Amino acid sequence: MSTFVELVVNGVSMGSVYALIALGFVIIFKATEVVNFAHASLLLAGGYVTAVLHDDLGFLLALGAGIAAAAGAGALVEVLVLRRARVENHAVLAIVTIGVDIVLTTELTRRIGTEVLSLGDPWRDRIVTVAGVSVAETRIAALVTATVLITAFLLAFRHTSWGVAMRAAAEDGETAALMGVRLTRVSLGAWALAGALAAVAALFLTVFPTPGLDRGTSFAAMKAFPAAILGGSTPPPARSPAA
Amino acid sequence: MASGNLEVRDLSVSYGRAVRALRGVSLDVPAGSVTAVLGANGAGKTSLLRAISGTLPFHRGGVDAGGVRLGGRALTGLRPAAVVRTGVVQVPEGRRVFGRLTVEENLKAGALGARGRAGTAEARARVLDLFPVLAERARQRAGLLSGGEQQMLAIGRALMARPSVLLLDEPTLGLAPLVAARIGATVAEINRQGTSVLLVEQNAALALELASTAYVLEVGEVAARGASADLAAGDELRRRYLGAAAPPTERGEDTGDAADAAAGRGDRPTLARWTG
Ligand SMILES: Nc1ncnc2c1ncn2[C@@H]1O[C@H](COP(=O)(O)OP(=O)(O)OP(=O)(O)O)[C@@H](O)[C@H]1O
Ligand SMILES: [Mg+2]
Repeated sequence: MSTFVELVVNGVSMGSVYALIALGFVIIFKATEVVNFAHASLLLAGGYVTAVLHDDLGFLLALGAGIAAAAGAGALVEVLVLRRARVENHAVLAIVTIGVDIVLTTELTRRIGTEVLSLGDPWRDRIVTVAGVSVAETRIAALVTATVLITAFLLAFRHTSWGVAMRAAAEDGETAALMGVRLTRVSLGAWALAGALAAVAALFLTVFPTPGLDRGTSFAAMKAFPAAILGGSTPPPARSPAA
Repeated sequence: MASGNLEVRDLSVSYGRAVRALRGVSLDVPAGSVTAVLGANGAGKTSLLRAISGTLPFHRGGVDAGGVRLGGRALTGLRPAAVVRTGVVQVPEGRRVFGRLTVEENLKAGALGARGRAGTAEARARVLDLFPVLAERARQRAGLLSGGEQQMLAIGRALMARPSVLLLDEPTLGLAPLVAARIGATVAEINRQGTSVLLVEQNAALALELASTAYVLEVGEVAARGASADLAAGDELRRRYLGAAAPPTERGEDTGDAADAAAGRGDRPTLARWTG
């Protein structure tokens, strides 16, 4: 019985991490109709920055830097690559993101080499045992963090001006523009937010029981794609958080 | 609230550098007025509004020559959001409410482009005063509203930005005469409260009743312009719209006063229209 509970907790925890990745993916798709194949490389970039900085800055600051780096990378892709091609075919843009992914991933794997990097998280391999059920602290941290982030996102999406602008732009971009919504800002915000969420996911993909960040981490991120594509066919609010 | 005249000068618009939609169109919307633009399908009415509001790029279109000014300030080349901030707001053809958002959220969306957040509550009160049905349906998805209610929402949404010039693209399209008359009366009230209106219509009778001045567009050019009363009295419109040998327009027998208002007086041309 306790094994079963452990499996469930671990499974839900991993699922919530993939939900973070899928959420970013869907936000970009909803705001810009672009399928972002560069998402895994944004994740890898966030994780890498956290990994190289945590010795000097400490964990929290390094994580903040990783999140900022991934958000910045996402914003940069939007401004430098996609904005120019705004009215072009969305399928072409998706292919462009594959190009971005290849360039980013190649550079990051070259830097990482054969190493396995720690992100310097405070939970390490500690286990908590409650009523005979043993769960790694990292899994609990992942579950709590992902739940908080996804809830915050859904609340903002529902209730803030930003959320209304996002949803209006996703439903009918031209009419949203007629209402004074700046579509370029919506799109930029979506890419930055997706990058930030990916960096948080990178942390929880690489902590215990995973040995750390290596060049294979982005493959793990690809597992979120089916979830994103299935969930992406319906709008995120008020549906399953995994969407 | 009016912030100057809207002036369109020698405007030429084309799509994909191939389809010429407007050729050298000039027109004025004096501050505080209702100005109508009439024209058959494909005459270029919507293209004119797109050129003003900056949405031609969404259709691979662009302004080739001429331009639009508001109180001397050039609007041509501005992004749609920037045009909204100058106080020129468009209600698009076919209403285009955000169907998955609630009525309340649609109004919120309309306020996103407002100049400054102060005054949003006031604008909202004014909208709900004009369209009480929107208050009743506040929490309903906009996609569930009837066509007439959606049109009211589309107009209300645009008013949330507190425009000085309101651009309306066929607001009575596909509406029953009674509802069309209601929309017409509301447009008159909005204008009375100080907003200039550029009204694009195929319902010539209604448009001429509301507007002081009207322009007739024909294949991308201004074919006629004049005071509404003159256009309504003359046979110019009748000839252009209905064809010289057109039979007299059939009028409903027992649709009541409002339908009469919508159709105009008996001597005014009523346009046969297709819907759907
Ligand atoms: N997106 C587009 N791409 C190419 N051509 C277009 C586009 N939109 C309109 N046109 C063309 O421009 C011309 C004017 O069209 P427009 O939509 O402005 O007419 P309209 O007067 O609004 O007609 P309606 O009464 O049917 O709405 C037409 O010849 C039309 O085919
Ligand atoms: Mg039109």
